[in-house]
Amino acid sequence: MSRYFVRRILATIPLMFIISIFVFMFIHLIPGDPARTIAGLDAEEWQVEAIREEYGLNKPIVTQYVDYMVKLFHGDMGESMKSFTPVSELIAERMPQTLKLVFAGVLWAPILGIFIGVMSAIKQGKIFDHVCMLIAITGLSAPGFWLGLMGIQIFSVQLGWLPSGGLDSWKGFILPSFTMGCGIMAVLARYSRSSMLETLREDYVRTARAKGQKESLVMFSHAFRNSLIQVVTILGLQIGGLLSGSVLTETVFSIPGMGRLLTDSIQFRDYAAVQGLLMLFALQYVLINLVVDLLYGVINPKIRLD
Amino acid sequence: MADIQKNEQQQNTAFESNYIDENIKADQSSKAKAFVKKFLKRKTAVLGLIIIVLLIIIAIIGPYIAPYQYDAYDYANALQGPSAEHLFGTDHYGRDIFSRMLVGARLTLGVSLSAVIVGAALGTVLGLLAGYYGGIIETLVMRGSDVLFSFPDILLAIAIVAILGPGIINVLIAVMVFTIPSFARIMRSATLAVKGSLYVEVAQSLGCKDSRLLFVHIFPGTIQSLIVNFTMRIGSAIMAAASLSFLGFGANVTEPEWGAMLSQGRNYIGIASHMVYFPGLVIFLTVLAFNLFGDGLRDTLDPKIK
Amino acid sequence: MVQERLLTVNKLRTEFFQSKKSSVTAINEISFHLDKGEILGLVGESGCGKSVTSLSIMRLLNFTSGKVTKGEVIFDGEDLQKISENEMRKIRGGKMSMIFQEPMSSLNPAMRIDKQMIEGIRLHTNMSKEEARKHASKMLSQVGIPDPERVLKNYPHQLSGGMSQRVMIAMAMSCNPQMLIADEPTTALDVTIQAQILELMKKIQQEEGMSILLITHDLGVVAEMCTRVIVMYAGEIVEEAPVEELFNHPTHPYTEGLIASVPKLGSGVKVLPSIPGSVPDLSMLPKGCRFAPRCKYATERCRNEEPDLFQISANQKCRCWRQER
Repeated sequence: MSRYFVRRILATIPLMFIISIFVFMFIHLIPGDPARTIAGLDAEEWQVEAIREEYGLNKPIVTQYVDYMVKLFHGDMGESMKSFTPVSELIAERMPQTLKLVFAGVLWAPILGIFIGVMSAIKQGKIFDHVCMLIAITGLSAPGFWLGLMGIQIFSVQLGWLPSGGLDSWKGFILPSFTMGCGIMAVLARYSRSSMLETLREDYVRTARAKGQKESLVMFSHAFRNSLIQVVTILGLQIGGLLSGSVLTETVFSIPGMGRLLTDSIQFRDYAAVQGLLMLFALQYVLINLVVDLLYGVINPKIRLD
Repeated sequence: MADIQKNEQQQNTAFESNYIDENIKADQSSKAKAFVKKFLKRKTAVLGLIIIVLLIIIAIIGPYIAPYQYDAYDYANALQGPSAEHLFGTDHYGRDIFSRMLVGARLTLGVSLSAVIVGAALGTVLGLLAGYYGGIIETLVMRGSDVLFSFPDILLAIAIVAILGPGIINVLIAVMVFTIPSFARIMRSATLAVKGSLYVEVAQSLGCKDSRLLFVHIFPGTIQSLIVNFTMRIGSAIMAAASLSFLGFGANVTEPEWGAMLSQGRNYIGIASHMVYFPGLVIFLTVLAFNLFGDGLRDTLDPKIK
Repeated sequence: MVQERLLTVNKLRTEFFQSKKSSVTAINEISFHLDKGEILGLVGESGCGKSVTSLSIMRLLNFTSGKVTKGEVIFDGEDLQKISENEMRKIRGGKMSMIFQEPMSSLNPAMRIDKQMIEGIRLHTNMSKEEARKHASKMLSQVGIPDPERVLKNYPHQLSGGMSQRVMIAMAMSCNPQMLIADEPTTALDVTIQAQILELMKKIQQEEGMSILLITHDLGVVAEMCTRVIVMYAGEIVEEAPVEELFNHPTHPYTEGLIASVPKLGSGVKVLPSIPGSVPDLSMLPKGCRFAPRCKYATERCRNEEPDLFQISANQKCRCWRQER
C-alpha cells in the first residue's frame, strides 16, 4: 500500500538535487565573469577580486557547490547585495504576502473551474455548455495582469469600491484573487469538462444506469469521482502556475511579496536574492506537486493498492 | 534479350510505384478535403484563423499603413483619449497608439513565433530521441524537463532573463527555452505510443533502419499532437513575452512592443486607461485567436469527436 | 403447456441522429417475443443492431445520440416506451437486468465491489446496508466465487476477467430479475472461462426460471444455450426459428452461410466456407433485399424488392423471396 507513497517521496530527492545544481549554477551561467558582472563595469580590479573572494568564486566549482549546499541546509542563502541583510530574512518577510495571495486564488478557482467543467460536460451541446466554454477560453486567453489593471480602472479608479493595491483588508483581496485565479479556473474548467466527457462514455457508467440508479447519482458517485482522478493530475501544475502568477499580480497591485522581490532583485542585479528566491519557488513547486501526487494515490485505488 | 526483359521489369515496377503513389495522393487529397470540410464547420476556429491571417497581414504591412509615425513625439497631444484622429488615443509622449500597435505587431508576433518555432523544433527532436531510444537519452531529456518544469510557467522565463539580462532577444531565448520541455514531453509520449503500434513493429521486423523508422514511420504518426501543441503554444508564448515586457524585462521602452506599451500605460491607469486598454485587448484577441484555432484543429484531428 | 409471454417487441425502430435532420436507422421495425423461462438467442455479425436492440429495450440509448422512433416494447404487460423515466429506473436492475461484453470495464474502477453491489440491491429492495451486504455475499457464492468476503472488499482491477463477469452476473441477479439481457457475455473471456460462465448462466436460469435474451455472434454458444434463435442482418430480423430447426434446416441464405462457416470436427472439409463481402454501411443500404449483394441465390427481384418476413411454418419465419408462400 505504501510503496507508491515511499517511491514518490524518494523521487523528489534526486529532483531537488538537480534543481539545486541548476540554481547554484545560476551565477555561473551569467555571461562573462560573474564577479565582474556583480561588481559592475566601472569597478576596480581589487573590488572584483574582493567579490570573488567573498562569494568563493575563486575556489573549485565542486567546493563552491558543497559550501553552498552546507550553508543552504543551515538556512543561509547568503547576503543581499543590495540591502546587505541576509536573503533568508528578506524572503521570510515577504513570504506571508505571497502565500496569502496564492491561498486566496486556490480557495475558489480550482473548485469553481471543476464545477463549471463538470456541469458543461453533463449539459454538453446545450447553451450552458457553450457559454461556459466561451468564458473558459476567454479566461485562458486574457492576460491576467491586464484583467487586473482593468479591474483597478473600473473598481478602484472609476467606482472607488475596491483598493487598487495592498492586502490590508478583505476588500484588498478581491481583485488580486480574481487576477490570480482566472487562468487556472479556465484551464481546470476545460480540462475537467473533457475528462468528464471521456468518463461518461465509460462502460461502468452504463452499468450504473442499468442498475436503475438515478441520473444525478450516476453522474456524481460514478462519473464525477473517476473524472476527478484525472483532473487531480494537472492540479499541481496549475497551483504552481498560481505561484508564478503571483509575480505578475504582485506587480500589478503593488503587493510586497516574493514575486516583487524577485523582479526587483533582478533589476538591481542582486544575484544572491534571485538565487535564493528561485530555489524557494522551485522547492515550493516540487512540494506542491508531491502533495498532489500523494493525493492522486489516495483517490486512485489502482495506484494505492499496487 | 535479357536487357529488354530487365527494362520491362523496371518499367513495370516504375508503373506500379507510380500507381501506388497516385492512389495514396488521391487518398490524401480526399482526406485533406474531408479535414477542411470538418474544420470549416467549427465557426469559432474559423474566426480564430481569420484573426490570425489578419494579424499576419498587419505584421507585414503595418508600418506602411500606420497613419502616424510610430515614434513621432507630439507633447501638445499627449495622453489624449480615443478620437477620430487617434483611434486608440495617444500615449504620454503624444505618440499615436494605433500606429504604434500596427508597427509593433511585427515585433510581438515575430518574437513569439520564432521562439516557438525554434523551441518546438528542439523539443521535438529531443522528445523523439527520448521516446525512441529510451535509456540514458530518455533519462537525461526527461529529468532535464522535470527541472525546467520545476520553475512553473513564466517563472522559468523570468529566471532565464535574470541570467541573460533584459532585452528583446533575451526574451526570445527565454520563451524558446520555456517552450522546449512541453514539446519534449508530448513528443516523447506520442513517440512511445506510435512505437508500440503494429505498423512500426512490422517495419522494424522488416529490417528498417533507425533513422528511416524515426522519420518516415514514427514522426508522421506524432504530427497531430505536434501541430495542436504548436498552435496552443504560440498563444502562451505571446502571453509569456507580454508578461516579461510588462515586468520590465522585455523590449526597450521606446520600442512599440505590445507588452512594453501595456507596461508603460500602467503608470497612467488613473488618467489615461486607454493606454492599458488597447494593447491588452489586442494581446488578448491574439492569444484568443490562436487558442480558438488550436482548439478547432485538435477537435478536427481527434477521431473520438465527430 | 401454454407459454406465457414476458416480452413483446413490436415494430421497434431506433435511429442514431448526427444532426436534427440526418439520421441512420440502426434497427428497422423489428418484432419478436420472449416467453417466460426461455433463452432466446439474438445472432448476427457485429454492427447488425443486436446491441442496439438490447439498449433500446432497456431505454439506455437516451444518453447517446440514439433514439427509439417507433414501436413498442411490452414487458410484463407494460409498454416500456410509454412509462416515465422514474418507473423505468425501477425496472432496470430490478425486474430486468443486463450484463455486458466487457466485464472489466463495466465495473467502476474507483469503487469496491461491495459498494457497487449494495448500491444495486438497495435501489430495488428495502434491505438495510448490512442485509444488502449479506445478500451480496450470498449472491457471490451462488455464482461460484469461493471467498465472497474477500472479493467484496476488492476493487475491480484486482479481479480477473472471468471473476469480474461472475460479479456482474451476481449483481444482475441480486434482485431476482424476471429477465436477463446478456450482451456478448463471454466474448471478452478466455475459452475455458467462457464455458464456465455459460454453464453458470444456464444453471441460474434453470433454478430461478427467468428468461434470458442472449446476444451473441457465436453460434456455438447459441447451440449450447438457446431454445429459440433470431438472426439479424443489417438492422432487420432475417430469420426466426427454434434452435434445432435453425441448425438442421436453415432457410435464409445468410443463416445458411453462418452455419456453414462454423468449423465442425471430422467433417473432412478443408476450406471453411465464408460469406463473401461484409455487412453494409447502414447509411448506404442497397435497394431491395439487404443481403442480396452477398447472396449466391440473388435474383433480379432480390436486388429490387425487399422481401417480407414470411411465416414459413408454425414457428419459423424467414425474410427471403425463395420462401415466399
